[in-house]
Amino acid sequence: MNDFPFLSILTLLPLVGAIVVALVPKQKAELAKTIAFAWSLVVLVLSIVMWIAFNVGGDRFQFRESYAWIPSWDARFTFAADGIALVMLMLIAILFPIVILASWHDVEKSNRSAPIYFSLLLAFEFTMIGVFAAADIFLFYVFFEVMLIPMYFIIGSFGGPRRQYAAVKFFLYSLVGGLFMLAAVIGLWVVGGHTFDWGKLAEAAGSIDQNTARWLFLGFFVAFAIKAPFFPFHTWLPDAGGAAPAGAAALLVGVMDKVGTFGILRYCLSLFPEASRWFAPAALVLGVIGIIYAALLAVGQNDLKRLVSYTSIAHFGFIGIGIFAFTTQAGTGSVLYMVNHGLATGLLFIVVGMFVARRGSNLISDFGGAGKLVPVLAGVFFFAGLASLALPGTAPFISEFLVLIGTFTVHPAYAVVATAGIILAAAYVLWMVQRTTQGDLNPALTEVPEMRKDITLREKVVVAPLILLIIVLGFYPKPVTDVINPAVEATMQDVGKQDPGPTAVVANERVAR
Amino acid sequence: MEDLKLPGIDYGALLPMLILFGAACVGILVEVFTPRRSRNVIQLSLALLAVVASFVAVIFQHDTRTITIGGAVAIDGPTLFLQGSLLALGLVSLLLIGERQIERGGPFVSQAAITVGSQKDLRQAGDQPGATEVYPLTVFSLGGMLLFVAANDLLTMFIALEVLSLPLYLMCALARRRRLLSQEAALKYFLLGSYASAFFLFGVALIYGFAGGIALSQVHEAVANPERSQVLLYGGLALIAIGLLFKAALAPFHVWTPDVYQGAPTPVTALMAACTKVAAFGALLRILYVAFDGVRWDFQPVLGTIAVLTMLVGAVLAITQTDMKRLLAYSSIANAGYVLVGVLALNEEGLSSTMFYLVAYGFSVLAAFGIVTLVRDADGEATHLARWAGLGRKSPLVAGAFTFILLAFAGIPLTSGFTAKFAVFGAAVEGGQTWLVVFGVITSMLLAFPYLRVVVLLWLSEPSETTPTVSIPGFLTSAALVIGVVATIALGVVPAPLIDLTRDAAQFVR
Repeated sequence: MNDFPFLSILTLLPLVGAIVVALVPKQKAELAKTIAFAWSLVVLVLSIVMWIAFNVGGDRFQFRESYAWIPSWDARFTFAADGIALVMLMLIAILFPIVILASWHDVEKSNRSAPIYFSLLLAFEFTMIGVFAAADIFLFYVFFEVMLIPMYFIIGSFGGPRRQYAAVKFFLYSLVGGLFMLAAVIGLWVVGGHTFDWGKLAEAAGSIDQNTARWLFLGFFVAFAIKAPFFPFHTWLPDAGGAAPAGAAALLVGVMDKVGTFGILRYCLSLFPEASRWFAPAALVLGVIGIIYAALLAVGQNDLKRLVSYTSIAHFGFIGIGIFAFTTQAGTGSVLYMVNHGLATGLLFIVVGMFVARRGSNLISDFGGAGKLVPVLAGVFFFAGLASLALPGTAPFISEFLVLIGTFTVHPAYAVVATAGIILAAAYVLWMVQRTTQGDLNPALTEVPEMRKDITLREKVVVAPLILLIIVLGFYPKPVTDVINPAVEATMQDVGKQDPGPTAVVANERVAR
Repeated sequence: MEDLKLPGIDYGALLPMLILFGAACVGILVEVFTPRRSRNVIQLSLALLAVVASFVAVIFQHDTRTITIGGAVAIDGPTLFLQGSLLALGLVSLLLIGERQIERGGPFVSQAAITVGSQKDLRQAGDQPGATEVYPLTVFSLGGMLLFVAANDLLTMFIALEVLSLPLYLMCALARRRRLLSQEAALKYFLLGSYASAFFLFGVALIYGFAGGIALSQVHEAVANPERSQVLLYGGLALIAIGLLFKAALAPFHVWTPDVYQGAPTPVTALMAACTKVAAFGALLRILYVAFDGVRWDFQPVLGTIAVLTMLVGAVLAITQTDMKRLLAYSSIANAGYVLVGVLALNEEGLSSTMFYLVAYGFSVLAAFGIVTLVRDADGEATHLARWAGLGRKSPLVAGAFTFILLAFAGIPLTSGFTAKFAVFGAAVEGGQTWLVVFGVITSMLLAFPYLRVVVLLWLSEPSETTPTVSIPGFLTSAALVIGVVATIALGVVPAPLIDLTRDAAQFVR
């Protein structure tokens, strides 16, 4: 079963789907949507099969495939997945059909072409799967850059009022990061022995001159920090998230931003271990600042989508400190956070999208007491909010907790400050929920006929799997952590950090000596 | 008295050039002896045939490594590769030049000498068929370019420079529309080009004084064991370089580029942007790698500064442009800077990646200018950027192709622009020129902005009343566009064959 070329098929499948959907004439919107949805379900099924075929106790990288591409540069189509990539691929496969279903009526309000929109979504899935499945840095870079194009057109053509500005800002920010990375990729290729193969480069990592390695690390790190985004590279996200259609915004923060943190784990840490340790204090500080700063900004937002974008920046601060704490616990917590954040924030964005579609406005002040009109939808919104603030019993709680205790063992101060972020999270989520759905009914709401329509069957189908996953993973995360753990341990080994043992054991050893 | 010995001539190796020059001469006779009505078809077929035949001759010669006619011409890997590229790009340019379907009479004026605005001029602007002299002129120019990249002594190089330039000066003046602009462009190009040629010639004289000869191998010897004043060497090298940098449109010798690119008939602009660039860099490569290799440490920082300046000027000024042809002109200046980064690697990768870049950029820029010829209103091409707003809604196919080409210029992966940039930057890092790569990356960021602005205009802006229509391209333009776009995709997705070809070719003979 492991010889089956899962990753290349999984990558190419959505691309073929995108082309098929794009060829559907504009008038047959329903057909295009159905094909796109069915196609994403096929991808999901294949991903589930791959998940089952993954040998949990086996090699770090599995499903390896390699085909020649540019022999004189030693650039190859190499695909391979470790546990971290596998869970991200699974998250992608789950989120896309949900988002496609959630975006069913997104295009109808404008006179834009529905087949193009759904084709762009599938094209985006192609680049997303590719970027996580690639094990060749050249190939990774290609996907890293190409993913901007479908998202650029999704935001720019189908987004809200400030879509042009947001799309250009998004594209330029990411491109700037990408070009820093390009310089680093070229440098790495030259000093790493003229190869792009991740395995060979990881072996050569120790022999790179210390100063060079730090510069190269910085090139990669800036690109990933912009993508994630970490403070202070975050300013594009609220604009992009605010302007993008809700479904696309869910993908933007739910999946695409994870490329940044994934890239740090896979490329920065493993290829430049010494530089990672050297830069870790700075990265930790940025993470902590991000948690507090973004949470404060989120409290002050009056735009629902921008608010959710800011919460997401705060969450990425947690992921960041988890990664740079260099303990297996915090690392596993971070990767789990990447998954849970995709589910929880994805759900929150989708539900916000449902509200916005009904009201025709993103502004919190245009709502008020909406729960009286749409009680079930408001309930789902409340649940999504609670999941986002990491309430115990929901999946994000476990990951946030793991990150904090994992960080506390080595950097107690950072962990303590970061914990304040949890309180702020409660503030922004609860206040948002209160201002939108609780309290006195805003009389303007009753005049909007759509606001009287509670959650539809399609919307129930959209939110049900996410709610289910958030609860199940909140109580039983073991299937996911089992996959993540070995990969994180291997990464920590690459960095050359060992978990601190319990202090009592250390004391005993000293006595024995 | 000594016997005068004739140098041996390897006619086979010279065949590609002989075919072109012969065909150009025949073209002039055709102009005299054939009736006006059938002239266009005959001239176009003749030119295309000559270029194809010459290309076949290049392919037959692919193993030749020789220096012939008394050391005047070197036929080696880079020569043959660049000649082949010039012919391939020239063929596509000829397709654009030969287009007569888009506009009545084609993009060229019938008689350029008629006073602009006179009664006669208004009559000829209406429906008279365009000048067919443009075909032999193109073929002459291409022949000159082929010789330019093969020239193995400085005087041959100078002659080739003149042969390739003089027809171009003329062709710039032949636009059917906006004739004053076109004539101004031609005059400007001619005057500045003459200055550059004079600089080049003066430099040759100084180098002759320094080396006691004009053959590149003699110069190489003299550089290694200097017997005369270094002032002659550096003065000569600087002046020769100025001549070549002018042709390649590198800052600060670039100022003619936007005016000439804007004023010249668009197919001629395409020819200049694609082929002249290949020829100029071909000659620059040979001069630097073969003759002045010994003083590389002296010219590297100077030319490096020029490369940085060029990239910055091209990128920054491209941001401020409001005319599509001028924007593409500044983008071509910036791209010349990236090519120079590859040249300055001064190693085998530098040579091969530069050649790759020239081909990749050539095809993309041909397609870009080809699309510019299609977007028109009643007054001809609508080149003002504002007029392109919303074109994506009106003609998604053409706008899609143009967007793709712009993404290639911006260096997005899966386009030839990315592989080419990667190759030259890789070579430069390899050659110890990391600082150039840093500037290259920074200017790429700047340069992405104007391209993105056009993409926004094309797709995200609403079409207005004044959005011009996209003409239905004739067969020739369609073919040129398809070739340009397909080459841009192919060199981005499967660049390996061409990269291998450039690597095999990357060895000069001395």
